[in-house]
Amino acid sequence: MIDPWLPALVVLSSFLPGLVIFFLAEERIRLRTALNLIGAFAKIALIGVMLWGVLNDHEYVFRHTVLPGLDLVLKADALALLFVTLSAVLWLFTTLYAIGYLEGAPNRSRFFGFFSLCVTATVGVAMAGNLFTFFLFYELLTLATYPLVVHRGTEKALRAGHIYLAYTLGGGALLLIGTVWLYGVAGQVDFAPGGTLSTLTPDTAGQLQIIFLLLIAGLGVKAALVPLHGWLPMAMVAPAPVSALLHAVAVVKAGAFGIVRVVYEVYGIEFAQSLALLLPLAIAASITIIWGSLRALFQDDLKRRLAYSTVSQVAYIVLGVTLFGPLGTLGGLVHLVHQGIMKITLFFCAGNYAETLGIHKVSEMDGVGRRMPWTTLAFTLGAFGMIGVPPLAGFISKWYLGLGALEAGMPWVLAVLAASSLLNAAYFLPILHRAWFRPPSTAWPHESIPQRGRWETAPLLLLPPLATAAATLVVGLFAASDFSPLDWAKLIADREYLQWTP
Amino acid sequence: MTDFPDPLPWLIVLPLLWGTLAFLLGPGRGGRLAIAAIALQGVLALQLAGQLLDDGSRVYAVGGWGAPLGIDLMADGLAAVMLLLTQAVALPLAVFARGYFAASPKGRELFWPLTGFLLAALNALFVSADLFNIYVTLELLGLAAVGLVAIAGGRQPVTAAMRYLFATLLGSGAYLLGVALIYGSYGSVSLAVLTPLLTSEAPLAVTLAAALILTGLLLKTALFPFHFWLPPAHGGAPAPVSALLSALVIKASFYLVLRLWLELFAPLATVAAAQLIGALGAAAILWGSWLALTQTRLKMLVAYSTVAQVGYLFLLFPLATLVPLGAADSAVQGGVMQAVAHGLAKAAMFAAAGSMIVATGRDDIGRLGGVGARLPLTLFSFGLAGVTLMGLPPSGGFSAKWLLLMAALESGQWWWVAVMIAGGLLTAAYVFKVLRRAFLPVAEGDRVTRVPRTLEFSAFALALAAILLGLFGAPLLELLAVGRAA
Amino acid sequence: MSAALLYALAGAALFAIGLAGLLLQPHLLRKILAFNILGSGAFLILVGLGQRDGIIDPVPQAMVLTGIVVAIAATALALALARQLLDLTGQMRLPEDRPDTEPADD
Repeated sequence: MIDPWLPALVVLSSFLPGLVIFFLAEERIRLRTALNLIGAFAKIALIGVMLWGVLNDHEYVFRHTVLPGLDLVLKADALALLFVTLSAVLWLFTTLYAIGYLEGAPNRSRFFGFFSLCVTATVGVAMAGNLFTFFLFYELLTLATYPLVVHRGTEKALRAGHIYLAYTLGGGALLLIGTVWLYGVAGQVDFAPGGTLSTLTPDTAGQLQIIFLLLIAGLGVKAALVPLHGWLPMAMVAPAPVSALLHAVAVVKAGAFGIVRVVYEVYGIEFAQSLALLLPLAIAASITIIWGSLRALFQDDLKRRLAYSTVSQVAYIVLGVTLFGPLGTLGGLVHLVHQGIMKITLFFCAGNYAETLGIHKVSEMDGVGRRMPWTTLAFTLGAFGMIGVPPLAGFISKWYLGLGALEAGMPWVLAVLAASSLLNAAYFLPILHRAWFRPPSTAWPHESIPQRGRWETAPLLLLPPLATAAATLVVGLFAASDFSPLDWAKLIADREYLQWTP
Repeated sequence: MTDFPDPLPWLIVLPLLWGTLAFLLGPGRGGRLAIAAIALQGVLALQLAGQLLDDGSRVYAVGGWGAPLGIDLMADGLAAVMLLLTQAVALPLAVFARGYFAASPKGRELFWPLTGFLLAALNALFVSADLFNIYVTLELLGLAAVGLVAIAGGRQPVTAAMRYLFATLLGSGAYLLGVALIYGSYGSVSLAVLTPLLTSEAPLAVTLAAALILTGLLLKTALFPFHFWLPPAHGGAPAPVSALLSALVIKASFYLVLRLWLELFAPLATVAAAQLIGALGAAAILWGSWLALTQTRLKMLVAYSTVAQVGYLFLLFPLATLVPLGAADSAVQGGVMQAVAHGLAKAAMFAAAGSMIVATGRDDIGRLGGVGARLPLTLFSFGLAGVTLMGLPPSGGFSAKWLLLMAALESGQWWWVAVMIAGGLLTAAYVFKVLRRAFLPVAEGDRVTRVPRTLEFSAFALALAAILLGLFGAPLLELLAVGRAA
Repeated sequence: MSAALLYALAGAALFAIGLAGLLLQPHLLRKILAFNILGSGAFLILVGLGQRDGIIDPVPQAMVLTGIVVAIAATALALALARQLLDLTGQMRLPEDRPDTEPADD
């Protein structure tokens, strides 16, 4: 039977090309591109097969015993596939974008090698079937992203890399302690819908609360929960494709996704509620939402403004997790996908401005909409989505989060959502106003890609953001149809609540 | 099962033979002979491991005499694991050494003969069945190791060798005194005879003997605060020698401490003594890592890293002494796994460091710029070895740490958890200190040349083995269990 | 006091003298001699404690013979290294080396 091997193959489909690329000579551009694309398409094809299986209640599980009582488990369940599909599709777009972005830059083999390793790690995080496997890929993600953060080799990049490592390895250490402790208390437990810890004797409750704290603190570093978010704005020194895929999607999502797994499939949402663990987490998420938005307001550097926006937006996912009830779950899970699509669009556009015209700051963006209308259109869609304008992706997320808050009996969350939407508007609308309505300045800071016919920039830079911007519209408009992210999130939410009676 | 040829004696005779022949043949042909012979030793070690898994541990009487007149050799799971580690580390290092001495020929004439004697001593030590035979193999090992440190000549290496010689002689002196006291008390040096005789009511002389023997061995293992001799010796020797010493030689005395503690001296073991050894291990982890972080020379950094990693080995003693059985098993498995993982990873790391030094022409962490671009495979190997030392998964180092952490939790000794986690973070700090430099572009006026492929690939093979150990460690633990009372 | 104990005490004294010399004497030749004294102390204890009721036990005799061979080999190596150090530094003592500040030889 090939079934158990499918999850492993999904991981290998980027790992093996990555290893080969790592050792390719710099000038083997075609071979490198071919390997990247073959890997990306193979991954999407494999995921397609598994999506079909999981929809029909099939589970794909790969299990390898590392040590007695310690298994490496890769499992493709509904929740895993939500994240895997997102990363695989966005990886394809980002690879195309990166090929265009890095044309002629040095050390591309190293870049794409580590880039593939990052995606491998992300896919592993998504499909991890127990905490140990999760930890393994979580740490691999740290190691594989570090070379990308310091890719440029400048003093600034090295310093950012230093801080990045300090945060993420520290978080990893906390996660390890929590994991070992949990294995000691509960033995080896696989992730399972509804969680597995509720069967333990009540006298372990105190330990379980401390373990929860350790795990969430470890995961919160990558999810950039305030006050553990300091690395994210620093990491923006990395090249744009890295910021786009890794720091907007993969790394922060790995943290948020881990929180989802711990709450739903280790503790079980109902058990977590009974241990009184959800409210503190909801408060932490709310603080992060507001704090991130406030800080974003005062950033002139475009990528830093987007980074603080990420801090705030990822906390929506965590918030959704903590809202006890299927609707809140739905809002959090669907935002996992929606935020990814919207934020990657914004970062692609920021990369385009920087690469084409040398624009790095909001204050340099006057009139850029006339010079680069398509890029600015994509940026506008992403920004409106973030604010939550219907019928874009972000609106769907916020709608369900709001409903979930009411369902969970936490109406104060509505105020947080409203305040955050206002702040979103406050830091995105001025950018749009400048770009579309202010007269362009006489010269761009550093125009390096000239207008060529109808192409405002290189085609490989323009097409990916347009595609993802279209996606923010589509997933919002067709949220109610089959196979939309919302539909899939419903499937997961149905399976997580075992004894739910509204 | 076939009895011929029995791998046990050949694992000792073969390296003695090729060591002597290499002296006569010279470094060129001697090196080729050595590689072929070590490969054969690897096959023999595997064959022995297979036999042990099938039939359990066994004794071999040299020349058919048998103890007490003749010398007995004894192989159990623990010995087989160490034998496998020795040959697995020696083979890639031999390939590495041929390339290394082609690029930097100082000391190549004596490298092969001394390595042959070193391996013979190691293999003999692992299968020795009596205390006096262990003394002889320890001395042979020490003398071969000291000789290897000095082969390149030069003021710093010879000084380091001299210091190392005095340390190792002092250690074996203490050991021999302990053996004399035990012989005086029981009239035998055979481990099999002594083990049932030695009980918790043993006379004071025996307790003193145990203390002398263990102290002597700790000195040879360079456990804090006896680590003073190690960094100059390991950091000053040619890279293949540093790798052999750090990966294997200190493991030999650790192996003896472990075996004697668990078997012969088990009735004398107290919680206080175990906690003391563990505390020394913890101090070694923190102090060694800190000193590694402050080094400016690459090989000295790697050498101090050995001081720190030795500390992890000794954490097993408090975790395995007078605790519930499950925790003790887990601790011993973790300690042995750490010995194997560190052996592979440290050999890889010294080999990679040697390649970087050959490529840049100097031993200076600040001048590693350009290494990442010119020697990606070497840097990758260094990084993979670093992953093992940090204890990140999947790697042998992680498996070791996991087992030790589980043992710590099961026996309720959470303070060792804190030490291990802190040590992992400090390790990350000094490994990334090297990696981040190597990612930089080459500095003005510096030159990074390419190195022979064999240098890059042998280091990579070792690092990869350390990683794969983390995924396929279960058979090793199964082998380790052979001959150990469940 | 039995003969065995006498031998053992004498051996212990020799061992202590050797230990002190090895640790405290800066001159390399003295250190090497001290090591030999230390070794002899251990041999004496081995032989001395090895006799039972005045009957000589041959096994420790054989062990000591082996031990003497080992000690001679160690002494030879130590002398060779000391000689080399004398050529390199011009003195018969261990220099206060600071390996981390010295350039590498390879």
